[in-house]
Amino acid sequence: MSGYILRRLIYGVFVLIGVNVLTFALFFFVNTPDDMARAQLGAKRVTPEAVEKWKLERGYHKPLFLNDKVSGFERVTETVFYDKSVKLFAFQFGESDQGRNIGYDISTRMWPSLAVQLPAFLIGLLVYISFALLMAFFRATVLDFWGVVLCVLMMSISTLFYIIGGQFIFGKLWNLVPISGYNGGFDAIKFLALPVLIGVISGIGGNARWYRTIFLEEINKDYVRTARAKGLSEARVLFRHVLQNAMIPILTGVVVVIPLLFMGALITESFFGIPGLGSYTIDAIGQQDFAIVRVMVFLGSVLYVIGLILTDLSYTLVDPRVRFS
Amino acid sequence: MTLFPFRFELLWTDALVWLLVAAIAGYAAYASARPHLRAPWSRVSRSASGIAAAVILATFVLAGLLDSVHYRPLLPPQDGKLAYATEVRSLLDRVLEPLRVKREKTYSAPLATHLYAKETLQLPDGREVREFPRLRHGGAHLKDPAADRAGDIALRGFRGLAVALLLWFTAAVALGAAVAQRSGIGIDAAWNDIWRGRTAVPWRAALGALAVLAVIAGPVVALAPHYHVFGTDKVGQDVLYQALKSIRTGMVIGTLATLVMLPFALVLGVMAGYFKGRVDDMIQYLYTTLSSIPGVLLIAAAVLMMQVYIENHAALFPTTEIRADVRLIALCVILGVTSWTGLCRLLRGETLKLRELEYIQAAHAFGVSHWRVMMRHVMPNVMHIVMIALVMDFSGLVLAEAVLSYVGVGVDPSMISFGTMINSARLEMAREPMVWWSLAAAFVFMLALVLAANIFADAVRDAFDPRLVRAGAAA
Repeated sequence: MSGYILRRLIYGVFVLIGVNVLTFALFFFVNTPDDMARAQLGAKRVTPEAVEKWKLERGYHKPLFLNDKVSGFERVTETVFYDKSVKLFAFQFGESDQGRNIGYDISTRMWPSLAVQLPAFLIGLLVYISFALLMAFFRATVLDFWGVVLCVLMMSISTLFYIIGGQFIFGKLWNLVPISGYNGGFDAIKFLALPVLIGVISGIGGNARWYRTIFLEEINKDYVRTARAKGLSEARVLFRHVLQNAMIPILTGVVVVIPLLFMGALITESFFGIPGLGSYTIDAIGQQDFAIVRVMVFLGSVLYVIGLILTDLSYTLVDPRVRFS
Repeated sequence: MTLFPFRFELLWTDALVWLLVAAIAGYAAYASARPHLRAPWSRVSRSASGIAAAVILATFVLAGLLDSVHYRPLLPPQDGKLAYATEVRSLLDRVLEPLRVKREKTYSAPLATHLYAKETLQLPDGREVREFPRLRHGGAHLKDPAADRAGDIALRGFRGLAVALLLWFTAAVALGAAVAQRSGIGIDAAWNDIWRGRTAVPWRAALGALAVLAVIAGPVVALAPHYHVFGTDKVGQDVLYQALKSIRTGMVIGTLATLVMLPFALVLGVMAGYFKGRVDDMIQYLYTTLSSIPGVLLIAAAVLMMQVYIENHAALFPTTEIRADVRLIALCVILGVTSWTGLCRLLRGETLKLRELEYIQAAHAFGVSHWRVMMRHVMPNVMHIVMIALVMDFSGLVLAEAVLSYVGVGVDPSMISFGTMINSARLEMAREPMVWWSLAAAFVFMLALVLAANIFADAVRDAFDPRLVRAGAAA
């Protein structure tokens, strides 16, 4: 068991190295730091001096991989690759192109993100699975049919419309909650209610249909027939046997996103003005702040890799076959 | 030297779109001659929801294809010299010419005769009043808009509806005659079959979808030349025109991105599953690495880099259309390169199963090369997965375009798309009084397109997935 987990961890580190090299190539080979400087400064202010100054202020003036001007170990460490990529592994995120400390920004901004994402995730899971179980229970009836139709209809609507519509109805028409904004403490609830609600609703279509498919696949298996033959009620078959056995495919999709909840939701946060990591990323994209985007790419993959390892761990909890092998 | 009245312009996306059309036509010709390839498609055509969705989709595709033939018209001679316009138009622009040219000053509500904002007007006697000015084009033929507008709209709408229903009825009669001819029964019997849904191909569903289209499109077509059916936006452009132009952008992204993704997924997936061992490890590592980066972030990073490239090489892109077009292609490529991992994983799994089967072992025993085994024995047997993935991805990509354009990493801001429409309209909801029609138009068109695509994709999946087909046959 521990050997298995160790192997997965080492594999995860290799994946992160791959991500790191890939982003480095994307950000420094497709365009040189000079190109980025020119794009940031704007066409009018581009002079060779301004470009050099821009690069010096942000540490892009060093050579990419090997520094010939210094000797010894510093030949490797005094480079852009070491500064901007290797240091990410130590969670030293450095400064954004605007000169702010990225590590500090992330540590303050991840909590509002989590405050939206975690309730939306938990409530969502409950709603989607209940809805899907309900459809599976009434399978091949009118109720199931219209449930699926509703799901397909709901998944055909862009997230943007859920947000705009929700803000319009709950914020403007009924005046129940402020349209956007954020505040700490207990006050946060009134700001969070709508984003959470919309996060849940916009996911119903796709998720409920997906879980329904999983349940229906289980329902046709032999052990379910045996359970029915024993004379168990349909509800007991569904909630006790099918739900438990469907946990493996469900966990595969669910556990992996848990760490990513920290990253926040790009669109939701920017529409509702929540100062989380999602709006942080959107702002960085808008300002063409390459340093922040690079860090967020790395952070996202770290969290994803953690999610993968958690998924493996969770299998051992719900599936005895994995535990004892 | 005489000049043609127009010159065709083949934009990069046009070329790819028509290449795709040719490929689909080729596939259709190839498949129709082979019963095993024809079978799943005839199963699709037997699904009522599938055929209804196909009718709606075909309408969208028609608009998209018309919008993919570009040309530059000849300008009226100036100083005896002839020249082509610098602006590139499409056939759809030509069809919608009245909508495109009839610009108002700023916002006007759907079917309005007056602007949505008050302006200071000068009366003939010199006094100044604050009033809603008349529109330049919307309802300009009315003498007394307040009294005549409702009646005029109702009359024109009703006339359009009548013509559309007449056309629908003609189509239905022709269909009845065709069915009667084919199955060798009388027209009455054929009609009875269609009406009760007893024909092999559910024509009733197709006619139903067509009727819905006719009821909606008839009045719109009749009213569009005289009113702004969906109103006008901030700069006075007709919203219906924008919505129709958005179709092409959505379709190009939905199809070309999957086209880019396909070779990666197919080659790498089949190779990983077939060779196993070290090749498999490498490919698995590659797609785990790529898929570990959250999708939007990877796309955003790549698009940012592309923007920097375009800004620094402005000389390569002489006109706005070309720049927007290149950006659209780049976006498709980026979407494709970042999204092949899912399909690759599926194909790898399927190939792993296939390579252990007897017929592949037999091929090995006969000394068939790896290349030939993969091409002739593995590829054709994973095609159903590819087909399902192709149609399933379409709607997701159309939705993704809107989100990416909102984030600022989507299509060029000068290109009309659902994303740019929503993006520029979302602040109008907060206006007093509210401007809702741009969003409403984007919502209706997008919902119709994505819903039809989703329903059609479900029909294709049901017809191609061997597990579902077998379950259906047993039930």
